[in-house]
Amino acid sequence: MSAFRFSAILSTALALGLFGAGCGGPVAVKAASVKPEKERKVAPDFALKDADGKVVHLSDYRGKVVILDFWATWCGPCRIEIPWFMDLQRKNKDRGFEVLGVAMDDEGWEAVKPFLADLGVNYRVMVGDDITAQMYGGVDALPTTFLIDKTGKIAAVHVGLASRRDFEDGVEQLLQAPATVASSGTGELVVSGGAK
Amino acid sequence: MGEPAKVAGARGAAVQARIPVTVDPGFHVNSNHPSEEYLIPLKLTWTSLGALEGGQVAYPAPTLEKYEFADKPLSVFTGAFSLAVSFKVAGNAPPGPGVATGKLRYQACNSNTCFPPKSADVNVAYQVQ
Repeated sequence: MSAFRFSAILSTALALGLFGAGCGGPVAVKAASVKPEKERKVAPDFALKDADGKVVHLSDYRGKVVILDFWATWCGPCRIEIPWFMDLQRKNKDRGFEVLGVAMDDEGWEAVKPFLADLGVNYRVMVGDDITAQMYGGVDALPTTFLIDKTGKIAAVHVGLASRRDFEDGVEQLLQAPATVASSGTGELVVSGGAK
Repeated sequence: MGEPAKVAGARGAAVQARIPVTVDPGFHVNSNHPSEEYLIPLKLTWTSLGALEGGQVAYPAPTLEKYEFADKPLSVFTGAFSLAVSFKVAGNAPPGPGVATGKLRYQACNSNTCFPPKSADVNVAYQVQ
């Protein structure tokens, strides 16, 4: 008797971040998962609506470090990470940092809004679509989380449940990155500062 | 997906089909009664029964597995298992072949990653004698 088979793609293994201590200044952090600047590619821009119906573009956040988290309410590993992102948002929102969530639930806001309310999610969440997912490589496995630097480039990608410390280290490393001048892609120059 | 074994019966007869399922090693699907409300259950629904009636599904006993992303063990199916489906051949069914069709909805995860819910086609061929 024949059988049918569920197949799925194994997620990539994740490396742990490393801490380096400094004296008198901010702690120097180097997350193993963060790519060198020259290897980073531009994060595709998107236009998705948030819970209030306002259109959110990734490019609105140029100059900030961004965690872009693709998740779903039915995804157990995603539910582990979301409180970590809430903490990161709370601790770093005044340092040029934002978390953006993209919910991939087929039921859309009907499923997502109650979850956001129950958990008290403190960052912007949009409902995703296939076009946006395709721009980011399909995003078939959840959670998939992109760490985006101040110039709008992807510094790290985490597929599957990652370590909290790796997110914390990655964000800190990008926040501490020295001031850079980068092209916005429209001929406009964007000047982004380092960590306070 | 493969085809379940063909079933056969006379008008009014009870027939049972077994639908084989295999989940790849390292993965699981939620059982028909998941441990948590937010999890999507395995569910077989019929879209067309043809000359058959009923179609009640008996799911196997799930296993309880502990994963890093959940505090409590989860009710899941892993490996190879089968669904037993009970039909009755309609009393006015014309003799001959036919196919009952349905959809098996499932949502798979491994230890740290989940995949969007999908539906697989289920076809049960039958012969009214």
